[in-house]
Amino acid sequence: MDMVVEAGIIKQHLIDPEICIRCNTCEATCPVNAITHDDNNYVVRADVCNGCMACISPCPTGSIDNWRTMPLVRAYTIEEQLTWEELPAELSPEELEAAGVSGASAEAAEAPAQTQAQAAAEATEPVFNSAQYGASVPPWSAAHAYTNLFPPKTPTTATVVGNFNCTEAGFDSETHHIVLDFGVVPFPVLEGQSIGIVPPGVDAIGKRHHARQYSVASPRNGERPGYNNVSLTVKRVTEDHEGDPVRGVCSNYVCDLKVGDTVQVVGPFGSSFLMPNHPKSHIVMICTGTGSAPMRAMTEWRRRLRKSGKFEGGKLMLFFGARTQQELPYFGPLQSLPKDFIDINFAFSRTAGQPKRYVQDLMRERAADLAALLKDGASHFYVCGLKSMEEGVVLALCDVAKEAGLDWDTVGAALKREGRLHLETY
Amino acid sequence: MSTINYSEKIPNNVNLGEDRTLQRALEGWQPNFINWWDDVGPEGSTNHDVYLRTAVSVDPQGWAQFGHVKMRDYRWGIFLNPGDANREVHFGDHKGEKVWQDVPGEHRANLRRIIVTQGDTEPASVEQQRHLGLTAPSMYDLRNLFQINVEEGRHLWAMVYLLQKHFGRDGREEADALLQRTSGDANNPRILGAFNEKTPDWLAFFMFTYFTDRDGKFQLAALAESAFDPLARTTKFMLTEEAHHMFVGESGVSRVIARTAQVMNELKTDDAQKIRAAGCIDLGTIQRYLNFHYSVTIDLFGADQSSNAAIFYSSGLKGRYEEGKRDDDHVLKGQTYKVLEVRDGQLVEKDVPMLNALNEVLRDDFIKDSVSGVGRWNKVLEKAGIPTRLVVPHKAFNRQIGALAGIKMSPEGRVVSEVEWAAKRDEWLPSSEDFAFVASLMGRVIEPGKFAGWIAPPVMGINRQPVDFEYVRFG
Ligand SMILES: Cc1cc2nc3c(=O)[nH]c(=O)nc-3n(C[C@H](O)[C@H](O)[C@H](O)COP(=O)(O)OP(=O)(O)OC[C@H]3O[C@@H](n4cnc5c(N)ncnc54)[C@H](O)[C@@H]3O)c2cc1C
Ligand code: SF4
Ligand code: SF4
Repeated sequence: MDMVVEAGIIKQHLIDPEICIRCNTCEATCPVNAITHDDNNYVVRADVCNGCMACISPCPTGSIDNWRTMPLVRAYTIEEQLTWEELPAELSPEELEAAGVSGASAEAAEAPAQTQAQAAAEATEPVFNSAQYGASVPPWSAAHAYTNLFPPKTPTTATVVGNFNCTEAGFDSETHHIVLDFGVVPFPVLEGQSIGIVPPGVDAIGKRHHARQYSVASPRNGERPGYNNVSLTVKRVTEDHEGDPVRGVCSNYVCDLKVGDTVQVVGPFGSSFLMPNHPKSHIVMICTGTGSAPMRAMTEWRRRLRKSGKFEGGKLMLFFGARTQQELPYFGPLQSLPKDFIDINFAFSRTAGQPKRYVQDLMRERAADLAALLKDGASHFYVCGLKSMEEGVVLALCDVAKEAGLDWDTVGAALKREGRLHLETY
Repeated sequence: MSTINYSEKIPNNVNLGEDRTLQRALEGWQPNFINWWDDVGPEGSTNHDVYLRTAVSVDPQGWAQFGHVKMRDYRWGIFLNPGDANREVHFGDHKGEKVWQDVPGEHRANLRRIIVTQGDTEPASVEQQRHLGLTAPSMYDLRNLFQINVEEGRHLWAMVYLLQKHFGRDGREEADALLQRTSGDANNPRILGAFNEKTPDWLAFFMFTYFTDRDGKFQLAALAESAFDPLARTTKFMLTEEAHHMFVGESGVSRVIARTAQVMNELKTDDAQKIRAAGCIDLGTIQRYLNFHYSVTIDLFGADQSSNAAIFYSSGLKGRYEEGKRDDDHVLKGQTYKVLEVRDGQLVEKDVPMLNALNEVLRDDFIKDSVSGVGRWNKVLEKAGIPTRLVVPHKAFNRQIGALAGIKMSPEGRVVSEVEWAAKRDEWLPSSEDFAFVASLMGRVIEPGKFAGWIAPPVMGINRQPVDFEYVRFG
C-alpha cells in the first residue's frame, strides 16, 4: 500500500492529540518507524507511513485512526503536528481546489483510504468495502510463521547471490528476480510473508531511509532447496503514480545490486497471508504485477511437494493480470507448468488490438469453477498486487457467489473467520 | 492432575511444548491460579461473554485479537518480545558485555526479589478491583475493567514463567506464594503498600489505573532495559498491554470531568453541593482523589536514597526509563542528583550520588508524565469554559516512604504542623463523607449504550466498535 493515491493527493495519517494518551504502543509497533514523539505529541511521518495499519488495533484509544485528504505539497510536517492541541479539520473543497486539487480527484483519494481505515473494522455501513472480508488469521493448517526476528532497529545482512531481469528485456517496465542469501543467520520465512530492505543513505531531510517491503517469491526451503536464501520480485519504479518520472529509492537500489553485494534486511513480516498445508486444500491466486511474488512462492512449494508425491488433492488456480505479456514476470516459467497441476488465466489490459481485460473479467468468465470452489470449505483465496484491483476482485467473488445462489454475507464472513480470504495490496 | 495441551491452551512463544520441567511446574500452578481466580477474581462474572482483546503472538496482528470470550477461558499466554542475538548490556558495570540468558548466581537473589515484587502487584490489582463489576457505570466500562483484570492475570503468568523457568525450586515456591498473599489481608498482605489500599469505587479505580498503572509502566520500562534478557523481553511485551490500563484511567477521569463540567454549565453553578445534588462528582472531590492516588503511587518508587537501587543499576538488573535514549555515560559514577529533605522546618534540595538516587530519577520521570496527562484533563475544563484547574500536589505531600515520610506537608509544599494537618486533612484528601457520597452514585448500568449520570460516554468504542456495542453478553 502506498499513501500516494493520485494527482498529488494523499490521505495523511494523523493522531488525535486530544484522545492519545502518549503510551508509545504505536511507535513500538510500526514496522517502518513512521511514528515519533516529543514531550507534547505523538505524530506520524507522512513520507514514511505506508498505511500498513499495523498500528491501528494495538492503539488502546483509537486516536491513531485518523486520515485527512491533503495535497502532497501541503502535507502536515512533523514539526507542525508536534505543536497541535487538536486535530485540524478536513480541508474544505474550496481549500483543496485552491491547492490545485479538483473535486473529482479529491474523491478519488477518499475511496482507497477509507478502505484502509476500515480494513480491520467490522462492517458498519452498507457500502461495499472489500477490505472487511480480508482475514487476519492464517488458514488452520498453515505452518507457524516467525515475524520481526530483525526489527527495524536491528537489521541483519544478506548477500546478493542472484539478480536478473525476469520480464522481457527492453521494455520500460522492468522487474528483477533477486536472490538473497542469509548464510548462517536464522531467517525462516514462509510463502506469503514479506521482508523489508533498508536502502543505504539518507532521505531529503537527512533521516535514514525507511525500509521498503517486498513479498518473498521463493518457498520455505529456499529459492534453491536446502539453502538459506530467499528470492524477491522487484519492479523498478521509474514513474510515480501520476506518471511523472521519478527514481524510486529502494526498487532501483535493489534492481541495480550486483552478485556479492550485501543488503540490510528487516523482518520477516506477516503472519496471516500464509498457505494451507493440508493436502486437500485448494488455492485460488489472484494477482497483478509483482503481486505474483507470493503466488510464485506458493506454486513452487506445491510443485516441490507434488514432485515428492505428497499433494494430489488440492487444486491450484491462478488469475494473473499485467498490462502486456512482456511485462508479466515469470511468463516463460509459468507457461511450462503442467495444466493438470495449475489452472492459469492471464488478463492483459494493454495488448494492441485487443479489448482490455482485467483479472476480475477472467474471474467472471470462470464463475462456474469459482462457484464450486466457493462452496468448498477447503478453498483459500489470495489477492495480491496493486491496491486498485482489490475491490474489483472481491466484488467479482461476491457476484460469483450470488449468481450461484450462495449468501455472500455468510460465505464472505466464513472466508474471513476461517482465514481463507487474504488481501495484500499496495 | 489434568494434562494440558500447552501450545493450544496457553499461547506462547517460549517453546513451552518442549520444556518438560517447566510444563510440570505450570501444571502444578495452573489449577491454583484458576482457584485463585474463582475465589478473588472478578465477582459474579463467570458466565459473561466479554469482548476481550487476546494476545496470541507478539506481532501487531497477533496481539490484538478481539472476540467475545468467557474470562475464565481467556488464554493467558506467555510472551516475550522477539530477541536480538547481539543485544548487549547497555548500562552499569557490565556495559558492553552480552546480555544474560540465564540468571548469574551473584544476582539471583536480587533478580528474584525484583520479579516477585513486580509479580505481586498483578494479582493484587485484580483483588482490589474484584467487586467493581457490580457497580459499573456502563457496559463499555465493565468490559474495560474485565480486560484489565485478564491482562493483570496474564502479567502474573509472565512473572511466574520467569520464576519457574529460571529460579528452580525457590522460583516455584515464590510462584505459589503469589497466589497465597491477598490484597489488604491483615496476616498475609501484598508486598507494596498501595496494593493493599482499597479501590472502593469507580473514581478510585480510574485514578488507580491512571496513576498506579502508570507506575507499572515506568517500572516495566526500567525492567525492559535489564541485562537479564528474558526479563527485558517479557516486560517489553507487558508494556503494550499496560497502555490500555492507563487509557482506562485517563479517559475515565476525563469523562467524569466532562460530565461534571457539562452539569456545571447547565446549572450555571460551581457549588459542590448543587453539583452533588445533580448526581455528579464535584471538582473538589476529584482533586482530593487525585491528591490521594498520586501521593500513594509516588511512594511506590521507594526511598529517595537507596543503595539497592544503586546495586540494581550497576549490576545491570534494572535500568532507567528510556535508558537507551539518554546520552550520558550510562554508568553514572561520580554524578549527583537533587533530592528533597526538610531542614529547620523548610524543604531544601540536596545533592546525593546519582546512583543512590535512581528511585528518585524514576519518580521524577513518572511525575513529568503524570503531570502532562493532568494537563489533558484540564483541557476538558478549558474547553467547557470552566476556570478551575486540577493540579498534582507537591512531591512531598502525604509521603510515607523515604526522607519525607511522616512529614506533614500541604499540597502546595508548605511544611505544616500536626494541628494544621489534622484541621485541613479533609480538604486535601478524600474524607469519609466524600467516599460515602461517591459510593452513593455507584449503581450498575449495563444496558448497551447507556451511561451512569456521573460520567460522560467515551468518544469512541473499543476496536472501533460503536459505543452501544454489546461489549458484554450476560450468561
Ligand atoms: C506488503 C507489501 C509487499 C510488497 N511487495 C512488493 C513486491 O513483491 N515487489 C515490488 O516491487 N514491490 C512490492 N511492494 C512495494 C514496495 O514496498 C515499494 O513501495 C516499491 O518498491 C517502491 O519503492 P521505492 O523506494 O522504489 O519508491 P519510493 O522512493 O518510495 O517512491 C518514489 C515515488 O514513486 C511512487 N511509487 C511507489 N511505488 C510505486 C509503484 N509501484 N508504481 C508507481 N509509483 C510508485 C511513490 O509514491 C513516490 O512518489 C510491496 C509493498 C508492501 C506494503
Ligand atoms: S499505518 Fe503502518 S506504516 Fe503507518 S504508522 Fe501505522 S504501522 Fe506505521
Ligand atoms: S498507541 Fe494510540 S494512544 Fe498510544 S501513543 Fe500511539 S496514538 Fe497515542
